[in-house]
Amino acid sequence: MTAPLTAGSVALDGNITAAPDAPEAFIASRGFWGHVGHRLVRDPVAMAAGILIVIVIAIAILSPWITPMDPYKGSMLRRLKPVGDATYWLGSDELGRDMISRLMLGSRLSLFMGVTPVLIAFVIGSGIGILAGYVGGWTNTILMRTIDVFFAFPSVLLAIALSGALGAGIFNSIVSLTCVFVPQIARVAESVTTGIRRRDYIDAAKLSGASAFTIMRVQVLGNVIGPIFVYSTSLISVSMILASGLSFLGLGVRPPEPEWGLMLNTLRTAIYVNPVVAALPGLAIFIVSISFNLFSDGLRSAMEIRQ
Amino acid sequence: MLLYILKRLVTVTPVAFGVSIVCFLLVHLAPGDPLSAVLPADATQQTIDEMRAAYGFDKPLPIQYAIWLWHVLHGDLGVSIATGRPVAQEVGRAVINSLILASVATLIGFTFGVFFGFVAGYRRNSILDRVASALSVFGVSVPHYWLGMVLVIVFSATLGWLPPTGAGPDGSGNWRPDFDHLRYIILPAVTMAVIPMGIIARTVRALVADILSQDFVEALRAKGLSEFGVFKHVVRNAAPTALAIMGLQLGYLLGGSILIETVFAWPGTGFLLNAAIFQRDLPLLQGSILVLAMFFVALNLIVDVMQTALDPRIERA
Repeated sequence: MTAPLTAGSVALDGNITAAPDAPEAFIASRGFWGHVGHRLVRDPVAMAAGILIVIVIAIAILSPWITPMDPYKGSMLRRLKPVGDATYWLGSDELGRDMISRLMLGSRLSLFMGVTPVLIAFVIGSGIGILAGYVGGWTNTILMRTIDVFFAFPSVLLAIALSGALGAGIFNSIVSLTCVFVPQIARVAESVTTGIRRRDYIDAAKLSGASAFTIMRVQVLGNVIGPIFVYSTSLISVSMILASGLSFLGLGVRPPEPEWGLMLNTLRTAIYVNPVVAALPGLAIFIVSISFNLFSDGLRSAMEIRQ
Repeated sequence: MLLYILKRLVTVTPVAFGVSIVCFLLVHLAPGDPLSAVLPADATQQTIDEMRAAYGFDKPLPIQYAIWLWHVLHGDLGVSIATGRPVAQEVGRAVINSLILASVATLIGFTFGVFFGFVAGYRRNSILDRVASALSVFGVSVPHYWLGMVLVIVFSATLGWLPPTGAGPDGSGNWRPDFDHLRYIILPAVTMAVIPMGIIARTVRALVADILSQDFVEALRAKGLSEFGVFKHVVRNAAPTALAIMGLQLGYLLGGSILIETVFAWPGTGFLLNAAIFQRDLPLLQGSILVLAMFFVALNLIVDVMQTALDPRIERA
């Protein structure tokens, strides 16, 4: 990592003979995130996954204006049309509503309920983990032992137990999923922070008179946020599956709102009549979930984090 | 070794204690009175008070917890509000069914996961490695409740080879290892097996690749050991970690089976939990979650001890 330093000092000296070093210095000058972006762009699998995610997000944002038909308006005469129907391109559901419109509008809630818990847990979990890792001592013991208790529950069980106790609903689902991911992110944040708290640059910051809060905000956060972020992105896929799973069980979104997990549940009755249509919402969950997983894997190797 | 087990027991006790607190508080997270679901809307205040006293809901929380814990430690998980039967009895029956399903699934997942992991680890960057990697990504990304539905669509609804739901032909809730019951366990077990298969394949691949790159493998080959002999060494080095992951996966499957059990109407804990949630049967909810979580804690402990016993490289600190 000394390449940029030498290149810089050479440039200051005005020494032109350093020209052979130039390409290396050029790459290094991108900075860390520039590097990551550069590697990511050259990873075809991660790029394809990333593009898919962007498309789904675009559909989710634009869906109220671009759905071909009214996603709430059903027709008892046109129930369970097959895929490839002239009017209903992806068929119609058990109440005769257009599948493609409902899948498009459903992406809003499914994405929102899958991504939000991870985002909130990322903020809370990083906070707890960095605090525990940096302060150490009793604070660490108390925080991490409390977190151990939540690790004693398999995540699916914890999510369902909390949702079941709190009652059905979008807000409660997000709360219970957040509770599932906070301990997991906090544990990663704690171990990364513990790994760097004895480094020289932390001591240097202390000696320069920086307060504990400033050191945590600048030196610690800057060095640990990358690995925590990558770990968190790997949770989005699980979160999507769990969030839709809660709706599938009837603990999340309520009808008639379209959400992929809920659609899958209500279409279960149709598996003998029109199996392909019944399986479509699950396919949507699967595609988004696998895209997030592949993108997260790509991000991990681009950032050269070993797991 | 005995000392190590004792030490681990000591560290696990506070966790178990914490788990019991979480399970206890679950009931009090719920909006409204835990009894509101069973009492008729026109119940008199006297009836409500009597019921509250009968279930102990009139006392302060710490005392309620102490009483509850005392009963739990004596094997009494309370009485189901919906059925009036003891929770321990209901949970016990369901746990056995869940355990059967989860064990079969873990076994299938372990066998295929280890196979793919070894093939991929030995032939890094080959087509087989790509296939194995794709399968493991599939395993962790697929919504398993959807996979269950797809399997039902293909093998029950379309081909008619296997029954779509239930645990046995008589519709009874007890699974037995005979041919008729075997047909019922195939679809849920295969669905469930996909997750551990992906995770085990991924881990074993990394393990095998790491072991093969170590110096001692070079030394074994240099002294002229056959490839099968080297393979035996690789297996011995990979076994503790692979078995530990298998144990943990069993715990995850047991706790996470609710979605799959719902899809297949499998009469296990997931099915019971589902019923408890929708009938707002809070003692049953509390009891089944406590049993599952404690099972998971115990399994973690056993896995830890087994791994230490199997792998001399781990210090018994």
